[in-house]
Amino acid sequence: MSKYYTEDHEYVFVKGDIATLGVSEHAQEQLGDVVFVELPEVGVTFEKGDEFAVVESVKAASEVYAPVGGVVVEVNSALEDAPATVNEGAESVGWFVKIKMANPSDVEGLLNVEAYGAHIAD
Amino acid sequence: MSDYLKTALYDLHIELGAKMVEFAGYDMPVQYPLGVLGEHSHTRENAGLFDVSHMGQAILTATEQGVNIAELFETLVPGLLLSLKEGRMRYSLLMSEEGTILDDLMITRISNDENGLERLFLVVNAGCKDADFAHIEAKLAGKATLEIKDRALVALQGPKAADVFSRLIPTSATQAFMSMEFVDYKGIDLIVSRCGYTGEDGFEISVPNDKAAAFCKELLSHDEVEAIGLGARDSLRLEVGLCLYGHDIDTTTTPVEADLLWAIGKRRREEGGFPGADIVLKQIAEGVSRKRVGILAEGRAPAREHTEIFSKAGNKIGEVTSGGFGPTFGGPVGMGYVDIEFAEIDTEIDLMVRGKARPAKIAAMPFVPQNYYRAPK
Repeated sequence: MSKYYTEDHEYVFVKGDIATLGVSEHAQEQLGDVVFVELPEVGVTFEKGDEFAVVESVKAASEVYAPVGGVVVEVNSALEDAPATVNEGAESVGWFVKIKMANPSDVEGLLNVEAYGAHIAD
Repeated sequence: MSDYLKTALYDLHIELGAKMVEFAGYDMPVQYPLGVLGEHSHTRENAGLFDVSHMGQAILTATEQGVNIAELFETLVPGLLLSLKEGRMRYSLLMSEEGTILDDLMITRISNDENGLERLFLVVNAGCKDADFAHIEAKLAGKATLEIKDRALVALQGPKAADVFSRLIPTSATQAFMSMEFVDYKGIDLIVSRCGYTGEDGFEISVPNDKAAAFCKELLSHDEVEAIGLGARDSLRLEVGLCLYGHDIDTTTTPVEADLLWAIGKRRREEGGFPGADIVLKQIAEGVSRKRVGILAEGRAPAREHTEIFSKAGNKIGEVTSGGFGPTFGGPVGMGYVDIEFAEIDTEIDLMVRGKARPAKIAAMPFVPQNYYRAPK
């Protein structure tokens, strides 16, 4: 599995042509308690850079943009009843959607683990 | 370093690990490491300590003996002040000539000064305090003088607040709701009010600035007490349906539209005699075209301030003025103004959140029960 991040703290974990999308552990810490996550439905198609989800913390709503494009094959239904799952493990149990990637080259230009670590350390 | 004003508790907030934000020109703690949800729940279950020193405190004193300060101040607010006994306080509204709300405030009748002059203690909102005080001084010029008290103000709120506070000041256990006491505590002159803005029992305590941090540390040394930021203060007051000035009430809303009729005394409804009374009394008699209501969404998506409200027929009927997640309620809660024909409890409406109509209903407030102190019979 390959892990990539955006500068805006979305992640994409790629395995074959399936990508798991969510917001990073760092983003989760910054957001504070998550109270609602709005996710797309299975079958929805979006492109790299599209807004595909909204995460609401006690403070505000934040749009989440797709680091890669594709068609949604699975959504994390646990977030519907327990949005705080994002706080429990943003990069594990708190994933948002799994998509079938349309274009493997979408990951080009994204940050790898080291580069993202340096980015959030700034 | 920011240019924002700092309260006497600024260093303590930093020491406690607060995340600071600008609020009404002050650098204030929005949350501590416990987080907004945890702080909210802690206040509902234990006791929370809030810094509200940014609010304005002042004493209004009559300029000469024989000036009835209550009668005088009734010319600015619609509350019943004549019947207010010494040490008793009242929530009221500073009114504009247009019948709208300049600010909401707490008014306490305190003892006459050493020259026998009548006095009121006022607590007003941070964002309005300069304008409020200028307004009061201008309107009452020659009849009363205003002395601004530069003191810290903290609120201890929650079901364990009285338990904790009575360990410091035993008499506070049975201090009446909406009353104020002047207390000497270990040489610190405290002004203790049994009131608050969370829906819970508790106290607001005015403390000299140089004693505030040590006093708060003493309160925080009790296991039941945690420091609470503005984030939780907002969700706590919203859950019990209390208005936030500048959002739910302002100079475009009247007390009748804001459903604050209870803040207008019966005698005042008949006699008027406050700014904008002609407009307000007419609204009481003839009704208003819009009203502040509680709103509960069916789903879990919070509808924030400025969310547009639509009728089921698809017409815009109003706007959300406060909205968010209610941690104790366990779901999104909100309030806002709707056209009067949609203000009935249980009326079905739609909230337009991110371009999607989300079903909701007009609901009674408070969303969670209030838990104020009642003296034993």
